[in-house]
Amino acid sequence: MVLMGGGSDYIYLDHASMMPVDPRVIEFARELLRSPGNPASLHSAGLAGKQAVEDAREKVADLINAKDPRSVIFTGSVTEANNLAIRGVSTRNMNRGKKVAASAIEHISVLNSMKELQKSGFEFSMIPVDSAGLVDVEALKGVVSKDTVVTSIMHGNNEIGTVEPIKDLAKAVHDLGIYIHVDAAASAGRIPIDVQADDIDLLTLSSNDLNGPQGAGALYVKPGIRLQPIILGGGQEKGLRSGTENLFALAGMGEASRIAKEEMSAESDRLKRIRDGLIEEIMSIEGAHLTGHPTERLPHHASFRFGGIEGESIQLNMNNLGIAVSTGSACSSITLEPSHVLLAIGLKHEEAHGSMVMTLGRSNDIGQVPRIADAVKETVTRLRGFSPLGAE
Amino acid sequence: MAEVGYSKKVLEHFTNPRNVGTIENPDGYGKVGNPVCGDLMEIFIKVKDDKIEDIKFRTFGCGSAIATSSMVTELAKGKALDEAIKITRSDVADELDGLPPKKMHCSNLAADALHEAIKDYRRKRGEKADDDPQKSGD
Repeated sequence: MVLMGGGSDYIYLDHASMMPVDPRVIEFARELLRSPGNPASLHSAGLAGKQAVEDAREKVADLINAKDPRSVIFTGSVTEANNLAIRGVSTRNMNRGKKVAASAIEHISVLNSMKELQKSGFEFSMIPVDSAGLVDVEALKGVVSKDTVVTSIMHGNNEIGTVEPIKDLAKAVHDLGIYIHVDAAASAGRIPIDVQADDIDLLTLSSNDLNGPQGAGALYVKPGIRLQPIILGGGQEKGLRSGTENLFALAGMGEASRIAKEEMSAESDRLKRIRDGLIEEIMSIEGAHLTGHPTERLPHHASFRFGGIEGESIQLNMNNLGIAVSTGSACSSITLEPSHVLLAIGLKHEEAHGSMVMTLGRSNDIGQVPRIADAVKETVTRLRGFSPLGAE
Repeated sequence: MAEVGYSKKVLEHFTNPRNVGTIENPDGYGKVGNPVCGDLMEIFIKVKDDKIEDIKFRTFGCGSAIATSSMVTELAKGKALDEAIKITRSDVADELDGLPPKKMHCSNLAADALHEAIKDYRRKRGEKADDDPQKSGD
């Protein structure tokens, strides 16, 4: 088996797909694997487990400035948190109407949750975005109405890096009396998010995106908003997410949130410099185009498309050169469809096929920029060398 | 351990593809696929004494599209046209030690491009270009 890395000079630029867990987080939470106690039990081990979960809840709440830690509901993943948010709030609040809406660049777990609601009579509308991925506020107002229950808008997009003006969008949605759900999986810990100041009703968080363990996510639920649980059982997490707590992952997510909050400002500035270096170098290649917003973008995110070549080939060739990148190309997906995000920003199918996404993390440094840029140039030149299509 | 992703042979052909390029004034030319679908392949052949004397390809597409193009040129080179036209998509996949199931249809068009090139050659010579019996060799 080829282990990630393949060597000490391997450069990992696919943090949006999966992040390494911070060694400090592992150290902090490892004891919970060795001597766990079910938080539902009243013995000492159980009380220690309960304490670990509640401490983690406070740290996660602190990251997003939630007033009451009890508004944070732990889940097993971002996908699950998005399902709970969308299906939970819609089925519990049908008295408000039977319409739901989402931006066209939401995570597939949001879009598929809304499509599922159509089967029980909900009307689902998609809000278009512009060519940089920004939600069009006027289009939003045209799509939603008073009987829309919830509108979902992603804070920072994982595929094109665009950051939405979430406070303005929340106000526009609230002016119509509608709940707003914000998927902050890619943005939390990288750019500030404040559920009170930004006035957010439901907010999804990812543990792994914070350098925490996989297998944990969270949903912030503004006090007073009622949800229907989607997983039933013993009533953990205020009945909203039954199932015995994953102590290691939750404690890890808490500690990762604490570290992320503490280091966000310095780390984001550091990543931005690497990001901007990569964008400058790579955009000098003929037929290279930036995808997403040029300035309103996540600090760790650089995404491109190249004319005349295909994304999976780019990924394989970059891997041969010791660099892990991602692509939204159809050939690399399970469904063989190009990324819906790339189509939503107006790319044609043949343009969407040539995408490459680089997402940075703690292991990256500015010194890697020249080697990465050279590898991209070499890859593009090589693949174009035997492509029948032109560079545009 | 279960095989995941591409075989070593696919990756080897992706990394070092054989017979890359074009042939000026080819005796036969075949083109299949569509950039909208993410795969486009061209095959150029030079024919002598009813044998494929030289063969080149250009491909836009994923790893398996490039590897199958390379493999089909290797299989066809030096073969008599009657033999070369019998090369099927599954022959190409088998020679590469298999392709991931989802790639079998969309990115395994190289044999079709070869057949098109041979038919083009025969058409140009006024021969009857039979409809290829093995087109759905997958």
